[in-house]
Formats: sequence, C-alpha cells, structure tokens
Amino acid sequence: MNEIEKLYSIRKSILNMMHYSKSSHIGSCLSIVEILYVLYFKVLRVDPDSPIDPARDKFILSKGHGSAALYATLAERGFFSKKYLDEFYVNGGRLPGHLDMSAVPGIEVSSGSLGHGLSIGAGMAIANKLAKSEARVFVLVGDGECNEGSIWEAAMFSSHHLLDNLTVIIDYNKLQGFGETNEVVNQKSIINRWQAFGWETYEINGHESKEIYTALNKKQLAPKAIIAHTIKGKGISFMENKLEWHYKSPNEEQLNRALIELGDFQ
Amino acid sequence: MRNTFIKILMEQAEIDNRIMIITPDLGFSVLEPFGKKFPNRLINAGIAEQNAIGIASGLALSGMVVYVYSIIPFVTMRCYEQIRVDVAYLNANVRLVGVGAGLSYGPAGATHHALEDISLMRSLPNMTVCCPGDPIEVRDLVRSSFTHEGPMYIRLGKNGETCIHDENQHIELGQAVTVRDYGDSEAVLITTSNTFHLALEWVDQWKNEEGINVMLVSMPTIKPFDNKKIIELIDLSIPIFTLEEHTVIGGLGTTVAEVIAEYGKPVQFKRIGIPDVFTHVVGDQHYLRKELGIVKPKLN
Repeated sequence: MNEIEKLYSIRKSILNMMHYSKSSHIGSCLSIVEILYVLYFKVLRVDPDSPIDPARDKFILSKGHGSAALYATLAERGFFSKKYLDEFYVNGGRLPGHLDMSAVPGIEVSSGSLGHGLSIGAGMAIANKLAKSEARVFVLVGDGECNEGSIWEAAMFSSHHLLDNLTVIIDYNKLQGFGETNEVVNQKSIINRWQAFGWETYEINGHESKEIYTALNKKQLAPKAIIAHTIKGKGISFMENKLEWHYKSPNEEQLNRALIELGDFQ
Repeated sequence: MRNTFIKILMEQAEIDNRIMIITPDLGFSVLEPFGKKFPNRLINAGIAEQNAIGIASGLALSGMVVYVYSIIPFVTMRCYEQIRVDVAYLNANVRLVGVGAGLSYGPAGATHHALEDISLMRSLPNMTVCCPGDPIEVRDLVRSSFTHEGPMYIRLGKNGETCIHDENQHIELGQAVTVRDYGDSEAVLITTSNTFHLALEWVDQWKNEEGINVMLVSMPTIKPFDNKKIIELIDLSIPIFTLEEHTVIGGLGTTVAEVIAEYGKPVQFKRIGIPDVFTHVVGDQHYLRKELGIVKPKLN
C-alpha cells in the first residue's frame, strides 16, 4: 500500500469504528491521521514484533479522546489485528474509548484525562538520558488541551532540562468543547508561548506528510514544539471544521457518504 | 522519621541505580546528602506537583523506582488526579513520600495539616498505604518499597521521633504489630502513623495510674489491611478503640469499622480522631490535639 492508500485505510477504520460504536470525537481523530501516519510509518523506531524493546522510540497520545485514530494506525502498522477494531467502545470489547495501555500492544501510556502526557513524556526523556539511550519521545497534545496548567509545568521543566530528545506536536485544529479554541481561551500566540518557554518551534500544515516529516526530523538542541495546523474532521467535507462532529457519530447514510468521499480522496 | 527514610534510601541507592527522588522543591536540609551522592538521581521539579508526578510516572514506566517527596497535602491532594491516572491506573513504581502527618505542622495552619490523605490514598486501586509510627516501622516499610511492585504512599511524621519497637523487631508490609499485650486486657487500642507515641503513653498511664490493662496494636500498613488481626481482636470481646491523627472519615477507624461490620459480631467500638472540620485554632500539634478532641477516653 502506498501512502494515500494507507491514509485512506486509517480514515476508513476510524469512520467504521465510530459508526458501529456510536461514539464521539470523530473530528478529533480525523485531524491527526497524517501526523500518526508519518510517526508510525516514517519516523518512530518501533517494531510491532517487539513492542516493548527498551531501545524503541516512544509516542504518547495525550489527547486520549483521539484513541480511535491511534488504534487504527497501530493496527495498520501491524501491532495487532485489524479485527480488534470491531471491539472499540462496545460491551465486552477490547478497546476502550480512551486509551488503555494494557488493552493492546503498542500503546505506551493510557490517557483520557487532559494535560498528563507531556509530563510523562518528559520523565521518559529523562530516563533515556540516564540510560544514555538515543531513543526519542514524542507527545501529541490538543490545542484545547493546552488550557491545562500541567502542560505549562511540563513545558518549563523540559526546556530547563534541555530535553533535546523530546518533541511535542500540538494538534491545532482550533475547535474544542464549546466552540472555537481562540474564543474559549485565546491561544493565537501559541507559537510565541512555546518559544517563550524555551522550546524550538515549528509551524506546519499538519496534513502535509512532507512538512510533518521534515519538522519531526530536524535536529534539535532543546525540546521541540511543532504547531500543526489541522482541520477537525479532515477528509470528510461535511465534518470539516464543524463543532458538532466533536460529539456526533455518523449514521448509516453519513457513513456511506463519507466512504464515497474517501474513495474520491483516494 | 525523615532522617531514617533518607538514610535507608541512600543505603539502597548505593546498590540499586533504579532509585530516584523527585521533589517539588521541598525537603531542604533533608535531601541534599542524596543529591550530593547521586546527582543524576535527584530532580527538583520546581513548585509544580502535577508535573512532578507525571515525570515520576514516566521514569517509573522506564524502569526506575521513583520517590516523590513533599509535604503531605502537596504530594497527595494537589496532584491527586495525576496520582490516580499516571501512578495508580498505570500501576507505576512510584512512591509518594509525604511528611507532616496529621497535625505535625500545627501552627502553620490548615493548608499544611494532613488529615484526609489516608482516606484519599486507600481508595485508589493498586495503591499500597504505609503509615509508619516510629523509625523502626519507617526502616522496614521503606525497605519493602525497594522491591514492591506497584505504587505506594508512605506517610511520615516529622523528625526526632524515638524508636518504640526494639531494633530487632521486623515489620512486615500489611501486618499489624502487637506492642503491649497483658493477656487479660480489658480493652484494645489500635493506632497508626504519628499517634503511636501518644497511644503508648495512654496505655502506660491506664496501667500505671488506673491499673487497667489495655492491649496496644500498631497498624503500620493501612492497605493492604491486616483484617485477620482485627477479627482476632473482635473475638476477644473487649472494647476496641482506634486512635489516629486523621479525619474519622476514611482512615484507620473507618477501616477497622468496615471489618467489624462485615464480620457481624457485636463489639464495643469507638474511633478517636479528628472531627469533620477545618480548624481555625492556632497552636502546635500537642495543643491542637486537645482542641480537636484527641483525648484519652475514660474506660470506666
């Protein structure tokens, strides 16, 4: 499968999971598909056959409500069978709505409460340094998630300790619970904020694989923050930039329409 | 207790390089020797407890055994949800080490009192709760934390407590210790954490001044709890008292009450602890104990 086919396959899995489980957060999943794809297929040194190799790179999805996107990507990468995706968010299923690291191989850290992942990632980055390991740690946070104070505690800490093996990717999709991120709590200066906290910053289009790849692989002397401009609901015209798709799940008709659109996309 | 903790930890850190300490900028004059000896294994995370817990979890998930050290309210309550998720849910080898049990920081005021911590910690799945009452209990429970799998909370008093147990006494995680047993005891007093010395004082007074034999049981571990010991005590059919410097809601007294209730055999029972209030009275530990009703009960 080429890149376009893989991206299509991940999005298709997400749509099906959300439809069958009737669960929320499809928009938050669709905004991070390219980022997860580049991480798991181009950047992370991970091996699905040896998922807890001590020398591996680590990825933490701190915005745990994007779980379906990670489950779909891990399955695509071969960490577990795609059949498991049918067991998302259903009674007796294998995959909970928010990430549980004990559910399937490949999930580094359970998540679901916002503002936790960056601190844990910083701890792992310190551990890598103590072990003199070259492995890197990547954390994906939401833009709304950056309302959490603990994110900024971790930001201060990481630059103080010059964690040049730590990268945060901010999914700047500009929508959160009640509406536009910048109307809930203004974050227009988001890049300046990370700079002011001592991070190396990049601003990219979070749906352009080459831009994602280049930013992730740039050499760094300090922790790196990548502000990824993304579109909530990306890839499905009637979901893009629509707050309602933070909550709704596609019905049969919407699923079919979305799958046809994805086909066009392919 | 603080000095015993750091001494025992340093002994182990010599031979076990997984041992680390994270502090949210507290422990001045206690942690320095550790930092001097193991400069890479002491991290001052700054005054940011939520982050400190996350960092500890990340290190523990990478194979370290991490002690987060601070004053009790700040290392338990300020970052409670981080403890719940990053430590307890992930079952990480993080040890929360809190100093200033109960009213230890008396005149500092209610923000510094530690009166709800046992209740909060024991309700978390995976969490082990240690409440040592003298340096021997600290020594053995800290030693057990080196190899214990999963998170632990270790509640310390302050400094300068004397040993009650003999140096050769061995304290086992999860087990009660009978400290005084006269064979024909008329009541039993169960205590935990920093009321151990007060409990011993009461038991000695009852015997020497009133001629009443009261059995004294120390409960250095609140979770897992030594239910078996409590059932043995219920079967003696003598009144049971609990003493703790903690709210009567959810601590030692509650834990004993749960065992009594489920065992189903009637026994006279009384909790002595801090009532369900924030105190606005100013005073040291000794003063506040009296103000808040931690007084020796009449047995006749």
